[in-house]
Amino acid sequence: MTQRQRAAIPYISQLHVPRASSRPGETADFSQLEIPPAGAAKKPELSACCQEMTELAYGLVRVLDDDGQACGPWNPALSAQHLRDGLQYMLHVRAYDERMFKMQRQGKLSFYMKSSGEEAIAVAQAMALKPSDMLFPSYRQQGLLFVRQRPVVEMMCHCISNAKDNLKGRQMPVFYSWKEGNFFSISGNLATQYSQAVGWAMASAYKGEEHIASAWVGDGSTAEADVHHAMLFASTYKAPIILNVVNNQWAISTPQSFASAGTTFAARGIGFNIPSIRVDGNDFLAVYAVTEWAAARARKGYGPTFIELFTYRAEGHSSSDNPDSYRASGEAQAWPLGDPLERLKQHLINRGEWSEIRHQDLEASLKSAVAKDWKEAIAHGTLDDGPHWPVESMFEDVFKDMPPHLRRQQQQVGK
Amino acid sequence: MAQMSMVQAIRSALDCSLNKDPNVLVMGEDVGFFGGVFRCTEGLYEKYGAHRALDTPIAEGGIVAAAIGMGVNGLRPVVEMQFADYIYPAIDQIISELARLRHRSGGEFWAPVTIRTPCGGGIRGGQTHSQSPEGIFTHVCGLKTVMPSNPFDAKGLLISAIEDDDPVIFFEPKRIYNGPFYGHHNGDPNTVPGNWSTHPAGEVPEEHYKIALGVATTLRSGEAITVLTYGTMVHVAEAAIAASGIDAELIDLRTLLPLDLDTIAASVQKTGRCVVIHEATRTSGFGAELIADIQEECFWHLKAPIERVTGWDTPYPHAFEWEYFPSQQRIIDALNRTLKANL
Repeated sequence: MTQRQRAAIPYISQLHVPRASSRPGETADFSQLEIPPAGAAKKPELSACCQEMTELAYGLVRVLDDDGQACGPWNPALSAQHLRDGLQYMLHVRAYDERMFKMQRQGKLSFYMKSSGEEAIAVAQAMALKPSDMLFPSYRQQGLLFVRQRPVVEMMCHCISNAKDNLKGRQMPVFYSWKEGNFFSISGNLATQYSQAVGWAMASAYKGEEHIASAWVGDGSTAEADVHHAMLFASTYKAPIILNVVNNQWAISTPQSFASAGTTFAARGIGFNIPSIRVDGNDFLAVYAVTEWAAARARKGYGPTFIELFTYRAEGHSSSDNPDSYRASGEAQAWPLGDPLERLKQHLINRGEWSEIRHQDLEASLKSAVAKDWKEAIAHGTLDDGPHWPVESMFEDVFKDMPPHLRRQQQQVGK
Repeated sequence: MAQMSMVQAIRSALDCSLNKDPNVLVMGEDVGFFGGVFRCTEGLYEKYGAHRALDTPIAEGGIVAAAIGMGVNGLRPVVEMQFADYIYPAIDQIISELARLRHRSGGEFWAPVTIRTPCGGGIRGGQTHSQSPEGIFTHVCGLKTVMPSNPFDAKGLLISAIEDDDPVIFFEPKRIYNGPFYGHHNGDPNTVPGNWSTHPAGEVPEEHYKIALGVATTLRSGEAITVLTYGTMVHVAEAAIAASGIDAELIDLRTLLPLDLDTIAASVQKTGRCVVIHEATRTSGFGAELIADIQEECFWHLKAPIERVTGWDTPYPHAFEWEYFPSQQRIIDALNRTLKANL
């Protein structure tokens, strides 16, 4: 080919780099988002096959409308007391997050991650599951622990690595583990727990038990190979599991479009032949209903369900992150699906089952409860001054029994 | 007692384990209906069913992850990675998860997973069917690493691995699956064909038995020099020692981690000289760890620098296999150099 011929070829491929919903200095604008009305999504039979659910994978299950009314076939018809419990758990999570973030800023713990704006997901999902179901969380589902009644003092003791930390000072804050509550050990390596959860569910089926697994991953982490593995194995073996993607729009500074490739995350389930649903993650009732439906499917032997929980990460990624450096500062306020706590509160008020006064009282009492818990936690030791676990304990649990080389090293440290 | 090849001994270990404990299952690519590409799981599907001889998608990371989840839920999975060369997609699950789960959860969660994988060269396997990546795994805290050199050990060590509550990476040198291999000698690697049917270590009890992990075995006592090795190289070293006429003490490590440092140190303190042999590449290989340990434990007993005979620091070649694979001659040369050296 001559130089002239080569120059004549019209190369038209272009490298497409997705854009963020907003960047600093811009005005946050979500008007391009298609938000279907509440109550519009159909609710299929538990035995529905994946093909029957295509609309749900591209749609958005919503129960609470803009006026706080519950509508449509997905309304889980929960009692007012159940919903007040849910609201209390969410408020508790928010009060806990606020306190812990503040303590991080004061240097009392090394690191923290809030779940602001995503409280409905962990709380409603945990409430829709049985206590014997196994949870494989990422690092932003602390609400699961509140529903399962983990003592807040214990969570705090973990975060400050003191002598009462059940993880013996080995993990960074928020990487909780709580076997008693069927809450799997959180790992820093993203998405690894997603495919492990499928193995757990496979074992449950292997043993003929009714327990199911539920696993969570963020929008960004769906790009990891483990998510592909989880979906394929779950589908191949019809594992009793709920695979959740919490699409909070941001993976640190990276917009969800880098992992979603311009479609919904739920749509990805279709190719794996997994019934898949996209749900308004800030709608407590919708999240509850979809989870309850998926859990019933799993328990009946219909296999996995893939759920995209559509939400917004209202604050920074972590205490080490400043979101104002990569997105418009007003984005959280512009999020069209609102705040999950406000929406459930409004719904309860509309039903005559809640009031502004009761809400404020509850907020205040949770705030003081968390402050009291903090005082109790630091009485068991602080990160800087201890008491911590004895340093020799660092060598324990590497193996079930300590091999000679670790025993030697332990003696060196002990001297 | 029956005469078994290493393949048969491994299959027998799996059979005994499946039979003994309903929570044991074997899983991997082609291990079920087909019985494994090396036949190590042959017949288990027929005997125990598709649930317990479980075929999987081709996804090493997914297989190990699923096994971890199963382990957490009370099962005892025995995973096969078809070749050690293909274990790398599972590395994150092995290093970040399997190895650390017990420690990071304060002992709350753990997974008794055994990962079996054929390793090693000498079979014209080229770059991706010949590797010996054991040094990658001995570097990971929380894993036990085992490599047997004969059918009797393979069965006893594998049953121990399966029943161990810690994760075990179980390397099976595929070159000696069907018979011992004495190395490339006099130009033709097949001049000394090995056969387990006539080898004493091919005598394997059909019933359940265990060989403790973390215990080396002394195959030949000697006074002049200590030879440390494992896997296929045990047989190459044995032949080289016989050919050299040197009174060497030959130790088969069997388990690399935890390491049987007592046996090693006692031998080197007796002989004052040591040669370390492995197929794996040299730099940062397991031999480096062995030499460092010996130097620390036996410094005042050493009469000569410790030598190592290893694969070269290159990817495993196809055409130049016998220039790459440590030969009897290279071992003999190292033994002689070490004997002549005097500190």
